[in-house]
Amino acid sequence: MKLMEFLKRERKKSASVAKERLQIIVAHQRSQRGQPDYMPMLERELLEVIRRYVHVDDDAIQISLDSEDNCSVLELNVTLPKS
Amino acid sequence: MAKIIVVTSGKGGVGKTTSAAAISTGLALRGKKTVVIDFDVGLRNLDLIMGCERRVVYDLVNVIQGEAGLNQALIRDKRVENLFILPASQTRDKDALTQEGVEDVLTKLKEEFDYILCDSPAGIERGAQLAMYFADEAVVVTNPEVSSVRDSDRILGLLASKTRRAERSEDPIKEHLLVTRYNPERVTSGDMLTLDDIREILAIDLLGLIPESEAVLRASNQGVPVTHDAASDAGQAYTDTVSRLLGEDVPLRFHEAQKKGILTRMFGGSRR
Repeated sequence: MKLMEFLKRERKKSASVAKERLQIIVAHQRSQRGQPDYMPMLERELLEVIRRYVHVDDDAIQISLDSEDNCSVLELNVTLPKS
Repeated sequence: MAKIIVVTSGKGGVGKTTSAAAISTGLALRGKKTVVIDFDVGLRNLDLIMGCERRVVYDLVNVIQGEAGLNQALIRDKRVENLFILPASQTRDKDALTQEGVEDVLTKLKEEFDYILCDSPAGIERGAQLAMYFADEAVVVTNPEVSSVRDSDRILGLLASKTRRAERSEDPIKEHLLVTRYNPERVTSGDMLTLDDIREILAIDLLGLIPESEAVLRASNQGVPVTHDAASDAGQAYTDTVSRLLGEDVPLRFHEAQKKGILTRMFGGSRR
């Protein structure tokens, strides 16, 4: 029985693993495209400031910059832990 | 009006120089007056692939620094009429290239040539950015492999932001995908990204597909661009690529695995 299970088991092809990983990383890269160069630094420093008051994880902060007609909006989303 | 085409990739070793040599040769064979410029200052190799390494006297940096005239530095290809090579410097560091200097050289070349190909260095540093800055079109060379595809996506981001067309909000650079070292057998066995996977992820127009081929190494050994090996799969694939670059509608070849006959199965066989 064991042998049959082993033979039937569909091994996930490495190319489809590659595709899934690429889709995720490329989507992430594109979300950062066109942002000013200071954004990663700004994100890091904002996180440091928040951490002086509350402990938050690295992925608890989301930051994005949207350009509209004549102004840009910096959007900051911080998920705080339950106190 | 001359077209400036950058051959770029981000990742090294994917076939930029091979492709720049093969495409420029193909364009010249089609009667287009073509110059191919090596932007890899400090690590020049285009001259070797084109087989003119012993005829290099002056280079791109000499021209930019005013130590030689453009016509002194241009090397006429011995095999095809209408084809010229502008080599990179071997000794200078990459800071020897200036944006103004490059612009000046390109402006002069534009008066004489139909196509100007810029063979970009690997990476996303200054040399690579200068190679793409003035481009009208870009050939993004990609291998069916994760790091190459990811780097190609990074390059697409730069093409859309750090180029003259982007900065001046002109029509964007026309981006073409060139997949190289494609192995249909490994695609069939599920161990290599398919052409459709790569197209889906990068989402740009496909210019050509070059199969993994023994002809490529043979060509670089001899210093003869693989386009001249008209019997080889890679040579034919580059010829197709050039036709598409010229706007022709050519069906795709070499993307499917060949059915192996009993003799090849028994005695083995290799792709020419």
